Amino acid sequence: MTERVKLMQGNEACVEGALDAGVLFYAGYPITPSSEIAEEFAAKLPKVGGKFIQMEDEIASMGAVVGASLAGKKAVTATSGPGFSLKQEIIGFANMIEAPCVIMNVQRAGPSTGLPTSPAQGDVMQARWGTHGDHPALVLCPNSVTDAYLLSFQAVNWAERFRTPVILLLDETIGHLRERVILPRKDEMVITNRKQPHGAPGSFQPYDITDEDLIPPLPPYGGGYRFHTTGLYHDETGFPSNRPEVTSRLLNRLHEKIDKYKETLFLYETYGLRQANQLIISYGASARSAKAAWRIAREKGLLVGLLILKTIWPFPEEIVAQAGHDKNNIVVAEMNRGQLIGEVERVMDKRIPIRGAQRADGVLITPEQILAKLEGVN
Amino acid sequence: MPKKGKVEIKESWCKGCEICATFCPKKILGLRNDGKMEVKDPENCIACNQCVLRCPDYAIKVEVIENND
Amino acid sequence: MEMEKYFRVDKLPHIWCPGCGHGSVMMSIVKGIDKMGWDPEKVTVVSGIGCSSRAPGYMNFNTLHTVHGRPIAFATGIKLANPELHVIVITGDGDGAAIGGNHLIHACRRNIGINVVLFNNQIYGMTSGQYSPMTPEGSMATTSPYGNIEPPFDLCELTRSAGANFVARGTVYHLPKLDSYIEKAFGKEGFSYVEAISQCPTYYGRRNKMKTPLEMLEWQKKNSIDIKKARDLDSEQLKGKIITGIFAERDDEEYTARYDQLIKSVQGGKE
Ligand SMILES: Cc1ncc(C[n+]2csc(CCOP(=O)(O)OP(=O)(O)O)c2C)c(N)n1
Ligand code: SF4
Ligand code: SF4
Ligand code: SF4
Ligand SMILES: [Mg+2]
Repeated sequence: MTERVKLMQGNEACVEGALDAGVLFYAGYPITPSSEIAEEFAAKLPKVGGKFIQMEDEIASMGAVVGASLAGKKAVTATSGPGFSLKQEIIGFANMIEAPCVIMNVQRAGPSTGLPTSPAQGDVMQARWGTHGDHPALVLCPNSVTDAYLLSFQAVNWAERFRTPVILLLDETIGHLRERVILPRKDEMVITNRKQPHGAPGSFQPYDITDEDLIPPLPPYGGGYRFHTTGLYHDETGFPSNRPEVTSRLLNRLHEKIDKYKETLFLYETYGLRQANQLIISYGASARSAKAAWRIAREKGLLVGLLILKTIWPFPEEIVAQAGHDKNNIVVAEMNRGQLIGEVERVMDKRIPIRGAQRADGVLITPEQILAKLEGVN
Repeated sequence: MPKKGKVEIKESWCKGCEICATFCPKKILGLRNDGKMEVKDPENCIACNQCVLRCPDYAIKVEVIENND
Repeated sequence: MEMEKYFRVDKLPHIWCPGCGHGSVMMSIVKGIDKMGWDPEKVTVVSGIGCSSRAPGYMNFNTLHTVHGRPIAFATGIKLANPELHVIVITGDGDGAAIGGNHLIHACRRNIGINVVLFNNQIYGMTSGQYSPMTPEGSMATTSPYGNIEPPFDLCELTRSAGANFVARGTVYHLPKLDSYIEKAFGKEGFSYVEAISQCPTYYGRRNKMKTPLEMLEWQKKNSIDIKKARDLDSEQLKGKIITGIFAERDDEEYTARYDQLIKSVQGGKE
């Protein structure tokens, strides 16, 4: 087998990545600019024996995805802003019961119906905190079509490995971008499957953490291990409990099972960080303009570095702090009125000036806008 | 030979709703002071199973015993 | 019937109030499963949120207590992902008719192999007695302190029109009949809807001049009317009545079977 060279759209790449990771179930409700994901799944899943269903709304789609996941299938849904809002309650349920699933949100400009066909990055905080309660979040942001493929594959793997919903946060630009991509050979892609129990069914406790990895095994319905699942706080047996030692143990573990692996979860790119006294930080479609700005700045002889984040939640605190601690100007480029910049401010030394290059009018942020925030550009 | 039954009430499950007593055709069930159901007249049970069918808490069992007179 | 085979007996007695009808309906479902002879490993019971939706916790199958109003959505995913499973949904009049109403009609339309049993106590029990879309007109509830002015839904008519393969309504008072409807429903391929009129003495009875569960059962007895008889009566005569019986019985092809055919034809076309 050789590398696969293709011309692909971002949304299509998400589907390819998910299918290569073993996804066999999709439920969704059409919404611009994500609909191509549903259309691709509708065409491709039956060919591999998988199932596609167009549900009556996004809440139902999210429910069906969690149901399919418990029945043993790797499952995905995709949407955009208004639908992402509707899915929130069940994303929290998936967090609580630890159901592996992937939610693709191809961001458009909001609030409300907003600008359906325009790019935006306004759902960064919603992806972190959209569902109620103090839950963890695992969110990935591709900045190219190749990335869309790779991160989609990764999202499915991590959902299965950590038994958690993973959000793939695209934007209209990346979703609709057509690029030539060079995908790795299929046999180079390592697939992760959820852990299965090894004990006898009789003594099976669905949330018993016997392994040190803090992640309980998840057998499929019909697989010989009958168990109960609830969105209420529950103990190792899966049944409700409101004893403080049980509730704190569960909530702490939900966080720790991600925190423990943080270092391996942080995906990012860096450019010219070492010989730099200024830093641009960006992600998603904005990162493309940021890269162009960085190149121009370098050509002008400015000492600028670039950090492109792909994992935005959990926020890569150490990586950002490391990249920015010796700089005298940090520019955070994003298509919103300032969301991830708050995180950067939180982790950086207060003496370093941090500026936002922001745009939230439905137009892709330009390299010029970002350049304007650097020192020494005229 | 008419059927005869032996009634067993699982007290820890009984909530004293009196549904069984109302449906018992022989009227042999009644509440105790502590709110649990009791068989007042065990001899007259005809093992019709109405109480078993009607108890929403699955607290009653009736065993059919032969009429050995 | 062997309790241990189908119930998690260590979880009993259940949390429901004395005389609550939900226990009777849960037993009716278990009897139906027993009659079908289904392997408990292959049975999945899904519920939403409400007193009724607490039932799966006591039932020894694959059980899933989801979020308010959405159990049919979860069940759709389960059934489609693994059509071999017998998928039962337990829902309430609030869970299934208010917040979850849309999922119910779409599942009927697809005719997907899910057996829905709706515990209709005509009130929001879990949240302490607000009116539901199935609360009779004129009834008192905490949010209809002057009497309910909304007419109730007839979900049997709705599900029948929406395409369910089997639709019936029974009551806890007429328990053996309810048992037989549930058994028939479970025997159908395709979507089935059985509505069980249940009693909530705590929040419906007390506010509506029925102080005991017995009075509520008496009310069910007095107000029920068989669907065959109901056909000869006009809407004025049927006001406030519980129409019981089988509303629909057909054998349209089930959704996951249609999907499997689609897979076959798509895959066949490839070679
Ligand atoms: C999204 C959401 N809205 C509201 C609630 C609160 N709630 C819990 S149960 C319930 C009503 C339950 O009524 P029903 O389905 O009739 O069940 P019952 O308790 O009567 O058996 C409501 C409104 C909730 N849990 N989630
Ligand atoms: S019906 Fe059951 S719960 Fe009610 S009083 Fe009789 S035994 Fe007790
Ligand atoms: S079996 Fe019949 S007669 Fe005997 S106690 Fe029960 S209801 Fe009464
Ligand atoms: S509140 Fe009503 S529905 Fe809930 S358990 Fe009590 S009687 Fe049953
Ligand atoms: Mg109710």
